Amino acid sequence: MDSATRPLIRTAVRGGEPAPAATALPAKLRVRHLNFYYGHYQALHDITLDIPANRVTAFIGPSGCGKSTLLRTFNRMYSLYPDQRAEGEVLLDSTNIVEVARDLPLIRAKIGMVFQKPTPFPMSIYDNIAFGVRLFERLSKRQMDERVEWALTRAALWPEVRAKLQQSGNSLSGGQQQRLCIARCIAIKPEVLLLDEPCSALDPISTARIEELISELKNDYTVVLVTHNMQQAARVSDYTAYMYLGQLIEYGDTDSIFIKPQSKQTEDYITGRFG
Amino acid sequence: MSAVLPISESASTEERARAAPPGPHASPRASWGDALFENITRLFALLVFGLLAAILISLVVGSQATLNKYGPSFLWSAQWDPVQENFGALVPIYGTLVTSLIAMLIGVPVSFGIALFLTELAPTWLKRPLGTAIELLAAIPSIIYGMWGLFVFAPLFQAHLQPALIESLGSMPVLGRLFAGPPLGIGMLSAGLILSIMVIPFITAVMRDVFELVPPLLKESAYGLGATTWEVMWRVVLPYTKVGVVGGIMLGLGRALGETMAVTFVIGNAHQLAASLMAPGNSIASALANEFTEAVGDLYFSALIELGLLLFLITTIVLAFSKLLLMRLARHEGART
Amino acid sequence: MSALYRARKRQNAVLLFISCLALAFGLFWLVWILGTLFYEGGAALLRAQLYYQMTPPPGDDGGLANAIVGSLVIVGTATLLGTPVGILAGTYLAEYGKKSWLAAATRFLNDVLLSAPSIVIGLFVYTVYVARAKHFSGWAGSIALALIVIPVVVRTTDDMLKLVPNSLREAAVALGCPTWKMIVLVAYRAARTGILTGILLAVARISGETAPLLFTALNNQFWSLDLNRPMSNLPTVIFQFAMSPYADWHRLAWGGAALITLAVLGLNIIARVLFAKKD
Repeated sequence: MDSATRPLIRTAVRGGEPAPAATALPAKLRVRHLNFYYGHYQALHDITLDIPANRVTAFIGPSGCGKSTLLRTFNRMYSLYPDQRAEGEVLLDSTNIVEVARDLPLIRAKIGMVFQKPTPFPMSIYDNIAFGVRLFERLSKRQMDERVEWALTRAALWPEVRAKLQQSGNSLSGGQQQRLCIARCIAIKPEVLLLDEPCSALDPISTARIEELISELKNDYTVVLVTHNMQQAARVSDYTAYMYLGQLIEYGDTDSIFIKPQSKQTEDYITGRFG
Repeated sequence: MSAVLPISESASTEERARAAPPGPHASPRASWGDALFENITRLFALLVFGLLAAILISLVVGSQATLNKYGPSFLWSAQWDPVQENFGALVPIYGTLVTSLIAMLIGVPVSFGIALFLTELAPTWLKRPLGTAIELLAAIPSIIYGMWGLFVFAPLFQAHLQPALIESLGSMPVLGRLFAGPPLGIGMLSAGLILSIMVIPFITAVMRDVFELVPPLLKESAYGLGATTWEVMWRVVLPYTKVGVVGGIMLGLGRALGETMAVTFVIGNAHQLAASLMAPGNSIASALANEFTEAVGDLYFSALIELGLLLFLITTIVLAFSKLLLMRLARHEGART
Repeated sequence: MSALYRARKRQNAVLLFISCLALAFGLFWLVWILGTLFYEGGAALLRAQLYYQMTPPPGDDGGLANAIVGSLVIVGTATLLGTPVGILAGTYLAEYGKKSWLAAATRFLNDVLLSAPSIVIGLFVYTVYVARAKHFSGWAGSIALALIVIPVVVRTTDDMLKLVPNSLREAAVALGCPTWKMIVLVAYRAARTGILTGILLAVARISGETAPLLFTALNNQFWSLDLNRPMSNLPTVIFQFAMSPYADWHRLAWGGAALITLAVLGLNIIARVLFAKKD
């Protein structure tokens, strides 16, 4: 709450002015002048912002504002669809993700993604976790067992599944399945975790557990969270970006955004006057 | 007497609740018309329902003579002597199974490759025309395949491919016996190859349809972990759709087992059991096509009809199984979402 | 970049390439078969006598007039016989079938029938009709083909009627319309394009069928419009001519084959266009 003790990022941006992280906090992902198109329709307009490392950054805004679109540029998910394209820069460390032409799998391995609905693969719990690991590392059975246990523990799921690792991923409850998907991402040791409305299909108790998990995960990963639930953003994130109609309206540390937003648009959204 | 309104598969719970019979009927005359119409349609549905049973029964009745004379030994006797009136089904059964097996061994991987291309690799503007082209392959009448097989494929096969196969594979220790013998152009291998071209469009269509049912989020999860396109297809999409894929394969198998004209032209029509695939043989359908109109004598007829009965039983079982699998997939899909 | 990743990349490239080859493989046969067909049969198609001369005795030249007309008659009759049965049965399945075990069983068995070997259908008609009547006939051939039309039409009618939104039916019934009239006047109208497409596809399918006609309609060298006698038809003539050693007969066989293929592909394309336009 005290603006002096926390590195402050407070700038209302409107197309073009950067919102850089304060020098105390390195940026893991730097977005510069990003434009995104679905066919002829422009969904993102000149987005520029920095995602600080080892923090939770939330994207909020009404439906259709472009927050999921922005998130999905970070791991080039849009490349699967021929009529979607991005222009500009998304820098992961020093590589511009937008322009990577070959070896996309290597980039994607550094950036994990969890989706709105849990998506367990049609295989056992063990194999779900091992799937990603087997793509990139050759581990002995013992090493793989350890990695699976480690990932499930970090995802706060180990005690519940340790006795039934060979059962199908589909046999778990919704909240457990989503934690399984988080464990699956963590197992390949990414640097960034993208969470696209991860709790929207879950009940309140599962949601609370995952929110706890998110707060722990930021110690080791950079987390970017898209949520339509403002209270969730306020509870869980360190930095929040408010988007509207494909533009970044305001970006700053969460407390400031929620208590004293600089832009009237942000204020209207947060106070529920609109959206 | 009222009809329950048909409920489309995606009806919401409100729609279902509302779809009760629509109120008291206007007049006795109207409900008489309703009753009549409903019973007429029910009659025709019963007709369709009964058709399969009728076919089965008539075939059993028609093969009484050989059923009585040979019993189950009909299935493993390789005799076929119309003059001495001695018949056995082994050669046609063998031919049917072998040609269908060859068709599946070639057809299934090729269909998978085409379905993969259509769903993951093809640019959007190409998907529709290619899909249509494959479906046109399915529409070509089988007699065309037969004629082309006999006049175009067989001579080329005999002149070039067969000698090459005989030389390379024919000299191998165990496999060699499958590829031994003079190159005739026609024979079980040719029939199997042509049959494979025929079943590819059917299996491809089913595979493509089930692959497109895979939720995009599931594929994105796999890509998101850094998997390559092949890995996503082989390790995630295929296991997810395996029930539908097997159903589609069985559909293709049912087709291959029952195919007549494409096989009759090139299988050679010889009632002999040979180890080599290059040899001429017979399938149930081709034996029927060639011999039925010239058959004389009750026993001969009965033998042929019993062959038809066997074919009917085999294909019905395969097709019923495939239908069950595909229905299970449809229900499973509904339950998942 | 690790060795494992390089191997995966290679595997991906190779297997995707193979899938492109699979596509090329499929298209290759399509082009070759159709190409041969129109190359060999094209010349015959362009000769007018194909259409007005009768099927010739062995070794002579002639035409396919009686076969063409015979096929038209048999296919037409089969369509007239099979379509009403298929539509009515399909109507039962879609409109009255939700609570009935008969409907579920019929749907299942119908789909099995749809893919049953057509030669077995021919055999069936032989044993119940031809053997009893002691002669081959156009009627027998038509019935055999009708038995192939029925499952196709049942399936499409069922599917198309199920697609008609309930709100349409409710609107009619709310006006006091009796159920049967609602089905005939409203549901059928709404689904008519789809049902018509189904009929066209069924016709396309039976136009190319040979096996069911082999022991039902048999063949007829002469001009005959009598459905009670064996009737000439294109597929059987093609079969007979192609398997013979005579070059003239081969030429006619190719011509006939090209004609059937054009008809079948044409019907398929029309059905597709019709169905697409409805959307």
